[in-house]
Amino acid sequence: MIIEHPLLGPRDAAEFTYMGDAALIDRPDWQSQTAAQDFYEYGYLRDNPAGWHKELWFHEAGDRSWLVVTRNTVTHEISTVELARDVARARGRSK
Amino acid sequence: MTQHNRFSKGGQIDRTTPQQFVFDGKSYEGYAGDTLASALLANGVRLMGRSFKYHRPRGVLTAGSEEPNALVELREGNRQEPNTRATTAELYDGLTAKSQNRLGSLRFDLLAINDRLSNFFTAGFYYKTFMWPAAFWEKLYEPIIRHAAGLGSLSLKDDPDVYDKGFLHCDLLIIGAGPAGLAAALTAGRAGADVIIADEDFRMGGRLNSETFVLGDDSGADWAAASVGELQNLPNVRVMPRTTIIGAFDHGIYGAVERISDHLKTPEAGKPRQILWRIYSQRTILAAGATERPIAFENNDRPGIMLASALRTYANRFSVTADKRVAIFTNNDDGHRTARDLHAKGVKIAAVVDIRPDIPRSTDYEVLQGEVIDTKGRLGLTFVDVQLADGSTRVLDCGALGVSGGWNPNVHMTCHQRGRPQWNDTLAAFVPGADLPQGMTVAGAAKGDLSTAGALEGGRAAALATLDLKTTNVDLPVAEDAPIALKPFWYVEGCSRAWLDPQNDVTVKDVKLSHQEGFRSVEHLKRYTTLGMATDQGKTSNMGGLAIMAELAGKSIPDVGTTIFRPPYTPTAIGAFGGRHRGQDFHPKRLTPSHQWATEQGAVFVEVGNWLRAQWFPRDGETTWRESVDREVLATRASVGVCDVTTLGKVDVQGTDAADFLNKIYCNGFAKLAVGKTRYGLMLREDGIAMDDGTAARLAEDHFVVTTTTANALPVYRHMEFVRQCLFPDMDVQLISTTEAWAQYAVAGPNSRSVLEKIVDQDISNDAFPFMACANITVCGGLRARLFRISFSGELAFEIAVPTAYGDALMRRIMDVGAEHDITPYGTEALGVMRIEKGHAAGNELNGTTTAQNLGMGRMVSKKKDSIGSILSEREGLNMADDLRQIGIKPVDPDALVPAGAHLMKMDGPVDAAHDQGYVTSACYSPNLGHAIALGFLKNGSERLGERMRLVSPLTQIETEVEIVSAHFIDPEGGRLRA
Amino acid sequence: MHDLQPITALGRTEPCVDTFAHITISENDGLDLASVAARLGFEDKCQSTLQSLLGAVPGPGKAILHDPEAGFWMGPDQWMIDAPKDTHPLLADVLKTRFGETASITEQSGAWVCFDLRGPGMQDVCERLCAAPIRKMQAGDAQRTVIHQLGCFVIRRADEDHLRILGPRASAGTLHHALVTAAQSTA
Repeated sequence: MIIEHPLLGPRDAAEFTYMGDAALIDRPDWQSQTAAQDFYEYGYLRDNPAGWHKELWFHEAGDRSWLVVTRNTVTHEISTVELARDVARARGRSK
Repeated sequence: MTQHNRFSKGGQIDRTTPQQFVFDGKSYEGYAGDTLASALLANGVRLMGRSFKYHRPRGVLTAGSEEPNALVELREGNRQEPNTRATTAELYDGLTAKSQNRLGSLRFDLLAINDRLSNFFTAGFYYKTFMWPAAFWEKLYEPIIRHAAGLGSLSLKDDPDVYDKGFLHCDLLIIGAGPAGLAAALTAGRAGADVIIADEDFRMGGRLNSETFVLGDDSGADWAAASVGELQNLPNVRVMPRTTIIGAFDHGIYGAVERISDHLKTPEAGKPRQILWRIYSQRTILAAGATERPIAFENNDRPGIMLASALRTYANRFSVTADKRVAIFTNNDDGHRTARDLHAKGVKIAAVVDIRPDIPRSTDYEVLQGEVIDTKGRLGLTFVDVQLADGSTRVLDCGALGVSGGWNPNVHMTCHQRGRPQWNDTLAAFVPGADLPQGMTVAGAAKGDLSTAGALEGGRAAALATLDLKTTNVDLPVAEDAPIALKPFWYVEGCSRAWLDPQNDVTVKDVKLSHQEGFRSVEHLKRYTTLGMATDQGKTSNMGGLAIMAELAGKSIPDVGTTIFRPPYTPTAIGAFGGRHRGQDFHPKRLTPSHQWATEQGAVFVEVGNWLRAQWFPRDGETTWRESVDREVLATRASVGVCDVTTLGKVDVQGTDAADFLNKIYCNGFAKLAVGKTRYGLMLREDGIAMDDGTAARLAEDHFVVTTTTANALPVYRHMEFVRQCLFPDMDVQLISTTEAWAQYAVAGPNSRSVLEKIVDQDISNDAFPFMACANITVCGGLRARLFRISFSGELAFEIAVPTAYGDALMRRIMDVGAEHDITPYGTEALGVMRIEKGHAAGNELNGTTTAQNLGMGRMVSKKKDSIGSILSEREGLNMADDLRQIGIKPVDPDALVPAGAHLMKMDGPVDAAHDQGYVTSACYSPNLGHAIALGFLKNGSERLGERMRLVSPLTQIETEVEIVSAHFIDPEGGRLRA
Repeated sequence: MHDLQPITALGRTEPCVDTFAHITISENDGLDLASVAARLGFEDKCQSTLQSLLGAVPGPGKAILHDPEAGFWMGPDQWMIDAPKDTHPLLADVLKTRFGETASITEQSGAWVCFDLRGPGMQDVCERLCAAPIRKMQAGDAQRTVIHQLGCFVIRRADEDHLRILGPRASAGTLHHALVTAAQSTA
């Protein structure tokens, strides 16, 4: 596969390491009343769709960016690729 | 007489370059430009092999890569390659080949008896026959079948040649260099596009080389040669003959095998035999042509019976006829072309048999309306029986029969991304469907445009459209544009031993039988009968099978559908996939800075990931590794030892939020660590399981150096980047690996300080540089260095780091200045013994199933801060009263062995998984204690010190009585560390 | 002044040179290296220091082949700077002073082995090594990619036939072997 890196352009998927569901960005609040349940769901309950999926890929043999790749798991079509850091900030993550 | 089937002139062979070759021990002569098959036919050799199951005599069926029959063992000795198609093996002087799949000689194959037993060997014979008794399978049936079946044999020797991998990029990849591919390449090449045109053949031109058509004023072959010549002169076009595109992968990536040296006796020095290219293309034009298909009739597999188009290829391209008397059996006009071409070269046409009612007539030879109903000839065709339309029969005397059942477009590559071909009624064949791989266009015969004019026009149009060009710069020559006027016809009624798939010996009868036994899906048919398997993947045989299935099921052929086409397009050597990555070069080596010095010391090395680490340093007189390791351990604990620990991962962590960042990745706290201090840290996975451990040294308020275990350096770095970029994107923290930037040595033992004092330019007394201190220092009069007072061995110890280029010199200096204390280099074994003696956890304990609690570090998990894994580490299931706890183990009998991996059982009660109490993770012989010791995990272990247990290893049949003890065998108070 | 003698990445006292008719592979032992990563909130200031140091800021996939200091982009807000060892023996210290609180500087000299490939066969050799689109790369293009399973930087230098490859120093021998066999293959 070719992943269209937002900074570097088309790069071979062989340069990347795959992690899975980009929902891993949405790490729960450790101080919440429901933290135990939230972390359980975060850790174990993931979508595994046959179709469009937002995934985390690490450009291990490249610029070391984590990317959020929107990919169709059936056809391997890739619609959007974003820097995970930008996605994380957009979803309200900070420090 | 040599080459008595060679015409006196014509063909694209070089008669001035004769080439000697040997087939089955007999010498022959051919010409440059021949294939092994064409050269054998020229010499009158029709019999080239035996069939897979029945060991029937077989000759060549085709003139290309679709060949199912003429498979040979090419070359000799360790270069021998089985299952090579004689039709694609380019002839070279000195070529040797052997026929395969025979017992005895090719003419008198002892296993030809199988043909007499054919009723026994029908579809599914393995499944039906070898069911019982079960024990017979391994001992009797399988060895016999393995011996009898199969194709060529392996040399079982190392391939002496090398294979390369490579990477190419292009705007346009053109697959196939026939008329469509060449027209496309000229169009795109002249327009300036970056073009790669690849063809599996050593001579480009495709069918143009096999036909007598003219293109404008030239012969097709001359037009092709001129076009290839022009393309080779264009700097933006890469012309790749002998290159098979083997697969279409995602997003315009194609695999290609270029045969660099297969046409040479041996590769040139340093040159690869083949190159596996990975081609990145923006767009692709598939111009892979079409493959003729046979018709099934009784005994249609005799040597001499071949595709009509193959007869034409041999005649026109190679100037060879398979025999002096030839008959044709066809259902379309194309078969008549073969008769015309051969007749023009003086070959006697016994007759053309056409199944169609209104057939083209000829004044030159007899044309019969009818069907071939049987053939004769033990080792080669002698007679053909024909039944005419009026019911009468004729016997034709001929040594070759050309069969034409129509043409199948080569749609394979269009289906590699799960695309499905579509049925075309006019051609009675599948053509490419709409769901092509991204960026692909199909042109020429591969698309179903079977005329030369159609191919040329289609190729040009595809290039224009693909590159979005408005006007053309290529004037196409006038070429033939005849339809092939086909009447679908798959097999002759009433036949049974009529071969559909000669390679796997699958007959019409087998397909009918499998239908009768309930196999309805085409994929099931394939697996049950083996139709379409092995080296040719059914390129000539699948359609016949589908047609019969459709007829029996009362369905149309498209409703039956095809099996899935998968890469590779043609058989590909495993060596090509391995490339240079074999033997010593299977993976890269990482050498430590002291590697050269350690080699000089005679160190024994061990692979740790890609690293080569010194495992121990044998001395004269030591006969076992244990002697060396025991000596290294005792010497280090008694005086001082040195060990290269560069392989530990090192990550430079900087930024104003660096301490907060470490608080996130480690379960214990780092915010309050003072500058100039080092702290042990335990990293958890988010699920609460221990991931890795190491130390973090605070060199400045905003600067830490984090170490990881050797094995986890990469995954931990990846994890740290995940935490930084995805979880806490607004932390001011920057990461970079510095593992290889520093040569780092552990200097351990009571005399370590006095050794280092001779090197370090600063005061490193216990007051100035206490336990867990760290600092930027200089050594040997000014070289920048780092010093950490940390200990894995449990002794007074330091780790000292200098820029890698000075690592070799520093090790030699440490050894020099340490000589007065008899400093002893130690390897990973001694390192392991000392850490077990000290009770330090390592990879065996952090094994992906253990928690901080299990490791006895539960209280390290801070509840006052957020860190990865802290919440899920509190799960009930990970905090049970009888959780595993790390403990030490010693045998009651000091001479007993303690095997790692053994399990702990109570002194009485059963030995089984249900009563398992724990297990051993690390074990060694402790030279300090004089007996074996071990670390392990035991249920509620911290409360069970002193308990006697049974240690059992059913695998090695060892059972030993042991005592559970503290994991800290040496200096449990840690006084030595702080000395 | 200390008295320790450095060795090259290939373990010798002198850099290694392999000469073929179509390409010369030279170990370049003369570079001091340090990485620069912008501190959060100081990206602009860090870049203006880079600008004054190199004459321009290397963008993604680019190198600035400035003399004596050159630099290339490693990742978002992260660059590698190189300079001759003879004139810049403590590059990381120099950069730390120059960038101050605007960037994290990490010494990288010991982490890399550098090979210069020069000659008319450079592109052919590169095609056997990595997926970098060498025939499309211009002077100043820099890619991190994989050579024989090793993460390497591939930099097209100013001369048309000059390619620089930085690879992990501990695997210098493996990388050198890969370069030499690719040169033999394409000879």
